[in-house]
Amino acid sequence: MATPLVEMKDMCISFGGVHAVDHVSVDLYPGEVVGLLGHNGAGKSTLIKMLSGAYQADSGDILVDGKKVKIESPRDARAHNIETIYQTLALADNLDAASNLFLGRELTTKLGFVDEHAMEAETRKIMGKLNPNFKKFHAPVKALSGGQRQSVAIARAVYFNARILIMDEPTAALGPHETQMVAELIKELKAQGLGIFLIDHDVHQVKALCDRAAVMKNGKVVGIADVNKVSADDLLGMIILGKCPPGVTPGPGAISDDEAAA
Amino acid sequence: MSDDTLSGPKAPTARNLFAALQLDTRLLGMIGAFVVLCLAFNFVTGGNFLTPRNIFNLTIQTVSVAIMATGMVFIIVTRHIDLSVGALLATVSAIMAVTQTQFLPQVVGLELGHPLIWVLAIVAGVIAGVIIGAFQGWMVGYLGIPAFIVTLGGLLVWRNVAWFITDGQTIGPLDETFKMLGGIDGTLGETWSWVLGVLAVLVAVLLQFNNRKRAQSHDFPVKPLWAEGVIAVVTVAAILGFVATLNAYEIPLPRLKRMFADAGETLPEGLTMGYGIPYSVLLLIAVAVAMTVVAQRTRLGRYIFATGGNPDAAELSGINTRFLTVKIFAIMGGLCALAGAVASARLGFSTNDIGTLDELRVIAAAVIGGTALAGGVGTIYGAILGALIMQSLQSGMAMVGVDAPLQNIVVGIVLVFAVFVDILYRKRTGD
Ligand SMILES: Nc1ncnc2c1ncn2[C@@H]1O[C@H](COP(=O)(O)OP(=O)(O)O)[C@@H](O)[C@H]1O
Ligand SMILES: [Mg+2]
Repeated sequence: MATPLVEMKDMCISFGGVHAVDHVSVDLYPGEVVGLLGHNGAGKSTLIKMLSGAYQADSGDILVDGKKVKIESPRDARAHNIETIYQTLALADNLDAASNLFLGRELTTKLGFVDEHAMEAETRKIMGKLNPNFKKFHAPVKALSGGQRQSVAIARAVYFNARILIMDEPTAALGPHETQMVAELIKELKAQGLGIFLIDHDVHQVKALCDRAAVMKNGKVVGIADVNKVSADDLLGMIILGKCPPGVTPGPGAISDDEAAA
Repeated sequence: MSDDTLSGPKAPTARNLFAALQLDTRLLGMIGAFVVLCLAFNFVTGGNFLTPRNIFNLTIQTVSVAIMATGMVFIIVTRHIDLSVGALLATVSAIMAVTQTQFLPQVVGLELGHPLIWVLAIVAGVIAGVIIGAFQGWMVGYLGIPAFIVTLGGLLVWRNVAWFITDGQTIGPLDETFKMLGGIDGTLGETWSWVLGVLAVLVAVLLQFNNRKRAQSHDFPVKPLWAEGVIAVVTVAAILGFVATLNAYEIPLPRLKRMFADAGETLPEGLTMGYGIPYSVLLLIAVAVAMTVVAQRTRLGRYIFATGGNPDAAELSGINTRFLTVKIFAIMGGLCALAGAVASARLGFSTNDIGTLDELRVIAAAVIGGTALAGGVGTIYGAILGALIMQSLQSGMAMVGVDAPLQNIVVGIVLVFAVFVDILYRKRTGD
């Protein structure tokens, strides 16, 4: 098989003695959606924050296209076309959609001044594709609905030619209609060949959208399953009990059969 | 609009007339409050408040605080505070005073009155201000000490560093050219004031036109032409009215005679001359324009507002918020130096108590001008207007004969009330 787009090998990070992520290895191929599942506090957000440059790993290697890379800041991650939609939407509430979309990567005129008009024009274009109902281009994003805000966050991630997209619970705050919209978008981006890490609590949604699912518990990987080979209940068993169904290679976080029997 | 019979059913209502102008209602409210204040004082003083002379004085009294208030906007927008600006002003004033009266003449050997003295003094002051500001910003950004504490310490430190620099003496008289920055001793005169006014009008109209054209080229919605026209007319009237007022303040006869005598001429019979725009006001305008451009048209400005709105989001977007903090405090320090130059030039001396309590005036000006202490919101023009409102209130009350203690009580109440009104306004408009 081709080289993975991203490999995270043996990642560890702890906060004051708490092993938030403990020897975790996952990988992601082009055109693949890998779901990350687990209870609150399992370490999912922390894991992907090491990939997005928000946190620095204590140990472990990150490989992009098979080459080892150093990701020490969000800028480094962006330089490798890794884009992130954070769980708590990382938007500046007081700024409008265009300012948020281009935050840190503003378009400038020849003289080096911020080109508001060009940014607004680009924002109108991409929002026209992602969310044609979006009209509030001049309002600060705090005046927008949850779905509209989410589409700004998504637009920001996809506008800059992301190859690797990280979505941390992108539908948690959305209604059913908007959730559906995000699901369609994930399928479309996947078809374009992006690799996507999708953190989600809904096992059915994970089964519908993802190719593989990595389940975490207490900072460790329970197992990584092909979603077509396991049932939703199997996934729940992995999440809640840490018990791997047959056919899934148990990871460091899986309980052994004896423990399960006890 | 006054004649109802002329307005058919399709005539715009007052409400959508306003909407078409797309004005900043908050700014309008502040201007409205300011106008009411001026008219009230003018009424109570029997027409003495809105004389060219008083407007001229008000303007030059506002400059120093207004210059610093523009920097305070950036500080407060990023959720910090700077309590040290008055003390910092004293330190840099002392440095500038010592540079021009002692260092340059005695150590470097420039004779008194040398044309380079004033520039070099200001450059020295700005450099010192920027370094001190950057140092405070570094402690806030990189060491993580709250700005409140760093600058509270700074207030004590810089006030007394100033004392050490001058040995507690009043330093002066200052360089003659330098003193022209103070206001009354340095003005453009009528002709150049008009030239500048007309230039400003041209630039303003051109900018407005350009903005409209660019918006149209992107197919964005634009205001109706008549609305642009109204705005242009108001802008032009405001600029030219301001120039006319400052020109209308006539130089007193004895002073005019002296000026002519100094130039070796005699004053022609019946000649009068107006002061025109003071250099200090030019400096304020330059600072206001530069700071507005930074706020609205540069990445630095964007990052300042983004960081104020959501520091984590700014960080995750790759913005170096620590270094940003250093830059903001450095800008504040540089502006303190410019404000200090104006303040000491106005006095003709650098005194020990120069800038005392200015930190409070500056913060109040920024806050009355709509800068939110919660961060993320504020404008440069608002802060300048805030400084003007504060100064008008103070001078107006002094003119009416209100005792100093009562003046301060009123200013304090107005500050709290202004913020309360602003909170109500924001609640209502939802932003
Ligand atoms: N910045 C931090 N400081 C201290 N502890 C943290 C930090 N970030 C995460 N943690 C801890 O790491 C663990 C994993 O958290 P997180 O990755 O947010 O879980 P999940 O996203 O799976 O719900 C939790 O115990 C959390 O308290
Ligand atoms: Mg999480």
